[in-house]
Amino acid sequence: MILNKTKEKLLEWFFLAFAFLSNIFLLGIVIVLFKEGLPLFKDIKVADFLFGRHWYPTFDPPEFGAFPLIMGSLWVTIGSIIVAVPLGLGAAIYISEIASPRMKEILKPTVEVLAGFPSVVLGFFGMVVIAPFLQSAFGLPTGLNALNASILLGIMAIPTITSISEDCISAVPRGFKEASYALGANKWETIIKVTVPAAFSGISSAVILGMGRAIGETMTVLMVGGGAAVIPHGFLQPVRTMTATIAAEMGETAIGSDHYYSLFAIAIVLFILTLIFNIIADLIAQRFRKRIV
Amino acid sequence: MKKIIKTICLLGLVGLLAGNLTAGQKLTLSGSTTVLPIAQKGAEDFMKANPSVDVSVRGGGSGVGIQAIVDGTVDIGDSSRAAKAKEIATARGKGVTMFANIIAKDGICVIVNKANNINSINLDTLKKIYSGEILKWSDAGGSGGSLVVVSRDSSSGTFEVFNEKVLKGSKVREDALMLASNQAVLTTVASTPGAIGYVGLGYVTDEIKALVVNGITANKETVISGKYPISRPLYMYTNGDPKGLAKQFIDYIMSPEGQKMVEDQGFVAVK
Repeated sequence: MILNKTKEKLLEWFFLAFAFLSNIFLLGIVIVLFKEGLPLFKDIKVADFLFGRHWYPTFDPPEFGAFPLIMGSLWVTIGSIIVAVPLGLGAAIYISEIASPRMKEILKPTVEVLAGFPSVVLGFFGMVVIAPFLQSAFGLPTGLNALNASILLGIMAIPTITSISEDCISAVPRGFKEASYALGANKWETIIKVTVPAAFSGISSAVILGMGRAIGETMTVLMVGGGAAVIPHGFLQPVRTMTATIAAEMGETAIGSDHYYSLFAIAIVLFILTLIFNIIADLIAQRFRKRIV
Repeated sequence: MKKIIKTICLLGLVGLLAGNLTAGQKLTLSGSTTVLPIAQKGAEDFMKANPSVDVSVRGGGSGVGIQAIVDGTVDIGDSSRAAKAKEIATARGKGVTMFANIIAKDGICVIVNKANNINSINLDTLKKIYSGEILKWSDAGGSGGSLVVVSRDSSSGTFEVFNEKVLKGSKVREDALMLASNQAVLTTVASTPGAIGYVGLGYVTDEIKALVVNGITANKETVISGKYPISRPLYMYTNGDPKGLAKQFIDYIMSPEGQKMVEDQGFVAVK
């Protein structure tokens, strides 16, 4: 009896340790991020870094204006959402409301397989297939641009959006739909006016989590974004995102140089942006949950 | 069940011990992706000739290779550029002497799409193209409409040499495509009619057209004599004169056999 109790206590501690471990990892990463990123601001003003328009880290004298990189990331993220939301949400509605159970069993796992697709393969596909296509379709000088990156990131964000939205749409209580049918609404009206609005909180957080996926993606944008550090004025221009910059340049910087610190400073910006996305997703989810209940 | 587990553990232990006994000396290299093919093939051949030696090769870039020598984390640091004064000073502060072993030479070829009718270019025009003074092919003596300037990432060794020999201090135009590898530059130029780019001599294929620069074609002879204007030595850095295994390895690379391997990898032998 006593032995059992100690055993239970031990197990409790054991799992507590695991629960804390991931938090400790997160804390460690954040500390390193700030420790390695903040020294940049001894030499460069925060405003010059965030709003500077020129990224020439290896020139003499170097310029560390990350604004084109931040804008590049935001452009492809917005572009990917424009691609992914209609496709992802449409798929979610079909799977949860319209598809037969058998169809559902095939479709849902298939969409989720897309989530595990290696991003480097998608990037390669973008370089060899999508880039030449965009080039001839729009008469562009190059197919490596924000549109190409947006399409691929959109494809990568679809599984996140579909999977979470589908769960939320399925979780809408039966009574809501039955009430709608009882009032004489047809299936289409019920989906658009009752089911989807009722699942709105979940769908919003799905979209924002999809954005988080897109803004953090690295390999694909490095391969198909074109890599020019200009502030984009349209989707047909090349972009260089924050992630691609870190990946491409980290291997070549001398540790302890301003260039090295600046890459960590970019990572801080990226971290804060994704944190904001996650907090917004959480807030929306909470607010709408209250409203429905 | 318990017995089986015990046996497996024991076997594992024996295996570990045996592994430790047979594992001989270790040699580590890291650095430039340009030098990587030489380092990798060299390591394979070297291990075949000396089975007791374990050579591990990693990429990372020239900066990483030099940094690794400064930090003393590798035996040989590969680089496609000379160590900068700042890096040498840091090394000296740590009691490390950067010793440059030139193991091969490489030419950087200027490449355009095959559809372009341009065949030669001079350094001045090239500089104007990359700095954004010339925006159309018609002003540069070629065809293909507006120029698509393709460059390597500003942190790559290849870019640094191009920067030094061609740009000479002016900035690459901002909207140039900055790509992460020689292969990516090649693919892009091959599929883009108005593109101009540059890659190492070893990467030139018949999918693209390599230009004559300042009247000189890039090939073995012109690169080794230094006549071809955009050529560079490739380095394997060591801490002081190479000693022990590192010396053996570099001696192998510099041997006739090793230099033939260098040529097979698409570079130019120095001996």
